[in-house]
Amino acid sequence: MKKRRFSLLLAALLTMAVLGGCGSDGTGESSGNNSSTSTVVDNEVQEPQGEKTYGGTVVVGIQQDIDGLDPHKANSAGTKEILFNIFEGLVKPDENGNLIGAVASDYTISEDGLVYTFTLREGIKFHNGNLVTCEDVKYSLERVSGLLDGVPLMATMKAVQSVDILDEKTVQVTIGEANPELLYSFTAAIIPAGSGEDENAELVGTGPFCFVSYTPLESIVVKKNPDYWQAGLPYLDQVNFKIVASAETAMMELKGGSIDIYPYLTESQAAELSSDFRMVSASSAVLQALFLNNAEKPLDDVRVRQAICYALDGDMINEFLYGGNSVLASSAMLPALKSFYVDLNDTYGTSANVEKAKELLAQAGYPDGFALEITIPSNYEVHMQTGEIVVEQLKNVGITATINPVEWETWYSEVYKGRKYQATISGLAGDLTPGYIINRFQTESGKNFVNFSNAEFDRIYQELQAIPDLKGREEPYKQLQKILNREAASAFIQVAPTNTAVSNKLAGYRCYPVYVQDMSTVYFVK
Amino acid sequence: MRYLGKKLFTLIITLFLVSVAAFLAFQIVPGDVVGSIVGEDASPEREQQVAEELGFMENGKKLSPAVRYTRWMKGVLQGDFGVSYRYSKSMNEQMPVKELIGDKLPVTLWLAVISMVFIILVSIPLGVVWARCNNKYLDAVLGVITQTAMAVPSFFLGIILTFVFGILLKAFVPGGYVSYKENFGGFIGYLVFPALAVAIPKIAMTARFLRNSMLTEMKSDYVRTAYSKGCSKRRVMYGHVLRNAMMPVVTFLGMIIAEIVAGSIVIEQVFGLPGVGRLLISSINTRDFPVVEILILYITFVVIFVYFLVDILYRIIDPRISEK
Repeated sequence: MKKRRFSLLLAALLTMAVLGGCGSDGTGESSGNNSSTSTVVDNEVQEPQGEKTYGGTVVVGIQQDIDGLDPHKANSAGTKEILFNIFEGLVKPDENGNLIGAVASDYTISEDGLVYTFTLREGIKFHNGNLVTCEDVKYSLERVSGLLDGVPLMATMKAVQSVDILDEKTVQVTIGEANPELLYSFTAAIIPAGSGEDENAELVGTGPFCFVSYTPLESIVVKKNPDYWQAGLPYLDQVNFKIVASAETAMMELKGGSIDIYPYLTESQAAELSSDFRMVSASSAVLQALFLNNAEKPLDDVRVRQAICYALDGDMINEFLYGGNSVLASSAMLPALKSFYVDLNDTYGTSANVEKAKELLAQAGYPDGFALEITIPSNYEVHMQTGEIVVEQLKNVGITATINPVEWETWYSEVYKGRKYQATISGLAGDLTPGYIINRFQTESGKNFVNFSNAEFDRIYQELQAIPDLKGREEPYKQLQKILNREAASAFIQVAPTNTAVSNKLAGYRCYPVYVQDMSTVYFVK
Repeated sequence: MRYLGKKLFTLIITLFLVSVAAFLAFQIVPGDVVGSIVGEDASPEREQQVAEELGFMENGKKLSPAVRYTRWMKGVLQGDFGVSYRYSKSMNEQMPVKELIGDKLPVTLWLAVISMVFIILVSIPLGVVWARCNNKYLDAVLGVITQTAMAVPSFFLGIILTFVFGILLKAFVPGGYVSYKENFGGFIGYLVFPALAVAIPKIAMTARFLRNSMLTEMKSDYVRTAYSKGCSKRRVMYGHVLRNAMMPVVTFLGMIIAEIVAGSIVIEQVFGLPGVGRLLISSINTRDFPVVEILILYITFVVIFVYFLVDILYRIIDPRISEK
């Protein structure tokens, strides 16, 4: 689980389902946000043509067991991507990364950005047949924001000050400080009032599929919600999310025909696929980097960090691991967030510049290089392979790097939380908000595991918080990226593609720029 | 009776020591259970709430490992094995460890039963035939086959079996495991190939073991005596030699049973079987302490108990032992 949890993910999770819109480019009109995320996709393989049919059962292989059934508490990306089929928020992301109304049919945000007014969708029902009421919405929002019992379940929702029911169909949410990125948090699941505390509560949401059963180590089974509000969806009668034992057995199961869709193929596995499957490839939302602990000698010297950036050959890593299909990263923003992203790959070049690197090392007082330990969560094959290439590339400039493979739990507590490391290769999973990855580079951030500290960065980030519209935040976010790039906060490597094997009996599989396995649009071809 | 008491006492002491060792191991290995359950974006309040739910804290104060161990032990003695940190039963309930393991145990037990049936049915006749055969070539062929079968690790055999019978011959669907609750026949059917993967190396070992043991016995004085007093070859072989030769084989079979029942970790992984072996691995990876602790106690218990049974069996086969 490796496949695992947290929004912070590892590269094997690179292979997870963060797929950047395989669809058309989003316009962003529907939700009034202009951060339409859609990614460059090399989806050469054509969907099978044929008549759409209703019915049938599909088996989706998943690599990790789910970490909970409570949509507000479950925290792993692998769980959220499945629960997406069962639960919906007031709004939900579409395959282009835009927010569309779900439980709410419409919403408005006040001029000052402090009051959100949601209108409930007419006639929307929970899976148990009960109509969704404003009480349910109020309860769900109060639960995630901590207004219910003082324990916020979603950090961003702490901003919510009150949830008021205006009339039968209207709920008003008041927040303390304007934040245009908060809208994404209203994807939090709407569940029946009181169900979070009731021991015998049914697991019901408003999504396209109803929960049927969950058996640890085996599967999560969901069935069609006949009353789903999107007319004509879903097509399938049943979906079994089958927990596979390992990547190797998953391959056997794909060949043997017991899995129809498998979203975590490695490049070499993809090459082994039979003609019964096609590979759907899209950009992931995981930013992989050689993270450098800025507080550790000799990495506290900016010249040393820059030298490492010069020493790395991103093109070679990309070519070797992904056949050139990944997007090289230069700072802490996903390229998919187009309007906020700035490409800075020219600074250090996409191939190695050994001369420049050696020169900087000499200036910093390390003409003969130094020893560097790279700690890597070993369950992530991709990080381990990247590590081996990086070690060779660093050798060329005189840095003697060694790989220290550790278990995921160890990595999380020692490296990520404990910050006891020199360098590490890992991935950070982003979401649709531009600030999600970059905010951790503030000096005081609890998530600043690279110990980056820059007064200018902190100042711009603070100023940015006061900008009430997303448009106005574009430029400051670009400045922040430039600072991280200039100061070589870490050596950013790439945003890898994800490869999903889809049976040729099926069509309609859509990739999302967030962790989602949307089964509602999948159908059997006749 | 005294013997039983002594055995029971050793069992309890061993289980206690093992539980302490497992608990201590969990204190030493790095890992932040609460932190990784709530995720990096969690509020401190949420973190504390989970810490309290899992028994790491009480009323805002951290509990010492000693206190936690004692509480856990008290629960176990009262038959309360606690709940898993990671697995949910429903929206608001964690999965009780008892239920979780109880659900996975039949898979491992049935795998063990089917493997044992294969091992006993094949290896004993094979060993006897081999010991009795006078044909130089057959002897050499059997020697090579068993040597090879012993040398192949069962996980590799598992992969080969899956490839040949699953993908090429389509005799079964790889990963097509069906739960024993849904379709018992299908369940047993799916277990045949994993059981073969477990059994083949063991069959080779047992047959070889039995053959050598019989050859040694055949040279004994009592065999000559039996022949001289006019016993048929058949009578000598099955009445005397086999019975004596079975002694070490029983111990060996006992070890095999303990090994399989304790969790065929690798084979379960290869065939995607949701048994206790796979549960153990995933629980260690996620630091799901209550599950791991009970599984380790279970494995210890199985090993000790099977050895105890072998001991008893010895006394039945060979009455001399209890006289000593």
